Amino acid sequence: MKKIRYLILLLFITIPTKSFSLIEVDITRGNLNPLPVAVSPLSSDQQSKLALEKELKIHDLGSEISKVVENNLKQTGLFNPLNKDAFLQEPDIAHLKPRFEDWNLIKAQALITGKVNFQNNKLRVEFRLWDVLAGKEILALGFTTVPENWRRVGHIITDKVYQRLTGEKGYFDTRIIYVSEKGPKTKRIKKLAIMDQDGFNTKYLTLGNELVLTPRFNPTNQMVTYLSYFRNLPRVYVLDIETGIQEVVGDFPGMTFAPRFSPDGKKIIMSFAKDGNSDIFTMDLESRIVERITNHPSIDTSPTYSPDGKYISFNSDRSGYQQLYVMKSDGSNVKRISYGKGLYATPVWSPRGDLIAFTKLHKGKFYIGVMRIDGKGERLLTENYYQEAPSWSPNGRVIIFYRETKSDDKGEGFSTKLWSIDLTGYNERLVKTETDASDPSWSSLLSK
Amino acid sequence: MYKNIIASSFFHLALIVLATLSLPFLAKKPIDLPPIISVEFIQITDKTNIPFAPKAKKIIEKIKKEQEKLLSEQAPPKKIKKEKPDAIPLPDQKSKKIKKIQEKKQNPEKIDDTIKQVSEFEKKEMFDPNTIAALIDKSKEEMAETTKKINRVTQSQDKNMNILGLTLSEEDALKAQIFGCWSIPLGLPYNENLLVRIKLKLKPNGLVIKTEILDHVRMNKPGQGFYKVLAESALRAIQLCQPLRVPTTGYERWKELQLNFDAREMLEG
Repeated sequence: MKKIRYLILLLFITIPTKSFSLIEVDITRGNLNPLPVAVSPLSSDQQSKLALEKELKIHDLGSEISKVVENNLKQTGLFNPLNKDAFLQEPDIAHLKPRFEDWNLIKAQALITGKVNFQNNKLRVEFRLWDVLAGKEILALGFTTVPENWRRVGHIITDKVYQRLTGEKGYFDTRIIYVSEKGPKTKRIKKLAIMDQDGFNTKYLTLGNELVLTPRFNPTNQMVTYLSYFRNLPRVYVLDIETGIQEVVGDFPGMTFAPRFSPDGKKIIMSFAKDGNSDIFTMDLESRIVERITNHPSIDTSPTYSPDGKYISFNSDRSGYQQLYVMKSDGSNVKRISYGKGLYATPVWSPRGDLIAFTKLHKGKFYIGVMRIDGKGERLLTENYYQEAPSWSPNGRVIIFYRETKSDDKGEGFSTKLWSIDLTGYNERLVKTETDASDPSWSSLLSK
Repeated sequence: MYKNIIASSFFHLALIVLATLSLPFLAKKPIDLPPIISVEFIQITDKTNIPFAPKAKKIIEKIKKEQEKLLSEQAPPKKIKKEKPDAIPLPDQKSKKIKKIQEKKQNPEKIDDTIKQVSEFEKKEMFDPNTIAALIDKSKEEMAETTKKINRVTQSQDKNMNILGLTLSEEDALKAQIFGCWSIPLGLPYNENLLVRIKLKLKPNGLVIKTEILDHVRMNKPGQGFYKVLAESALRAIQLCQPLRVPTTGYERWKELQLNFDAREMLEG
């Protein structure tokens, strides 16, 4: 009996089975069209609505938060928020269980729903991200904060959605510090100003009595270093944003400029100019020890650290023309990295560490571009009459800079505005500011 | 004892016979080469006078109506990004760059031409039944021979297709459809392995019965968060493209397909 079973088993093994090898198709291309996303207004019960209206003077806070999210997503150029008029499902029901067929019908591929409550004087916001085509929830989070922080809640939601759908961290819960400018070109009033990355909540940090330039955040976003012409002496200062206390960095017998914090926030790297020569120095903020990094009879300036703090990039005219260089953080092993036509300036190391953004001047035009840290793969992203001072978003995808427009014969029409462009070079946008603006610097993420 | 030896020998023999008959590598069939077809180059005049056919007009109108319908059913049109080189050319490089861009645009322009030509045919109405009849008579014999040849080719091709998979045109049609549906997440690290292999089970009409991510273990591995995002985008593309543009015949050979989504080429640019 056993043998018969064995035989049957053998027969089954050896019986010919008609099989085909699996057909494989390689998909190596896709589209870079913005992803259609539906941002449903965040729902809230009547009681919370009334309480929040009383607290913030905003009629429908849920709807306002969803507008913040929608605007952020639109600005990236990677998402296409759909028109709310086309939504078929009520926000509160959609938040419980979306009818995916309805959202599919309006071509949404992702759906954001949420709920806003006001409990114990705290704002409680929860949201869900749904994959419409797969018909499932892919992210759900809740936040509790003071009601005044409602815009930040919108930014944090966008960061989470952005990270879940693109695979990289967002850059929405961030701030931008810049130089606010007012008045005619010859009598410009310049103040330090800080705002959310979407242009809201602007606050001025200085009064405008002195000329201020090149503000830069420290890694914790609590301190700012900048150049100020206090009593007509240009020097690097450090300002504590919360306390408002500011102090001079170092006691240099000449002009210090182009400051920037080290990635650990313990040092400031800057240029010091004396007798027509300019070299790079660092100062330890705790011990106040000053260290010379370069020693060359040329103009070395605009130093910037790599994210790991091991290297420094700067521009120098030691080759006869202004070019970009990279060296070890102790000043050794200096290598020139830019070899293109024109002059290169203001290098800024990407937070990812793989690229360096720069300003280039060639045949009377200014370009903002990027190159790899070895100088290869130079790409010019945008060209204009006058533009400079690139600064990276914390995820290394977007660059903010300022652009100056030409004034006419009467000296009118002159303005400076902040612009942003992403690494593809396609998504160039004007950044909204209350006044004219220059020298922007992007903070790191406020909520990590 | 002898009985056992005989039984054993018998079973072994049976096994060898069965294996010889069934295992494909032992029964090698001669390779069925398709007949060689000579390619004939035909000179086409710069201006092709294809006669206007009333039937064609109806078809064109029908397609136009369908396109209009499709447009009106769609959500608000997306902004089409203008063609722009990666880097802004320097003034002295501009002339070179412009040439390159023109080369890129060649294909779309060709399509435009064909569309324009259709409208030109409508205007001219150059149909002459007598000339056409004469031409048809002349070419009848040639046609018959060609048809025979084609039939022979398609039969042998069909045999090959059962073994080889999709034809180039079938594969291209499927690829082109999925290219349009796949929104590549732009934040992926391009120095990582960005290949997602998805096995599909399909219905004869191209609808997807089942999808299976072949490297699903990677989804939960630490440091591979980007892989999940990539895999989900690939699954979305498949869902969005349904029903897939599969061949109308030969369901057995493509009822299971493997799509290899590789984002590296796009992200490296």
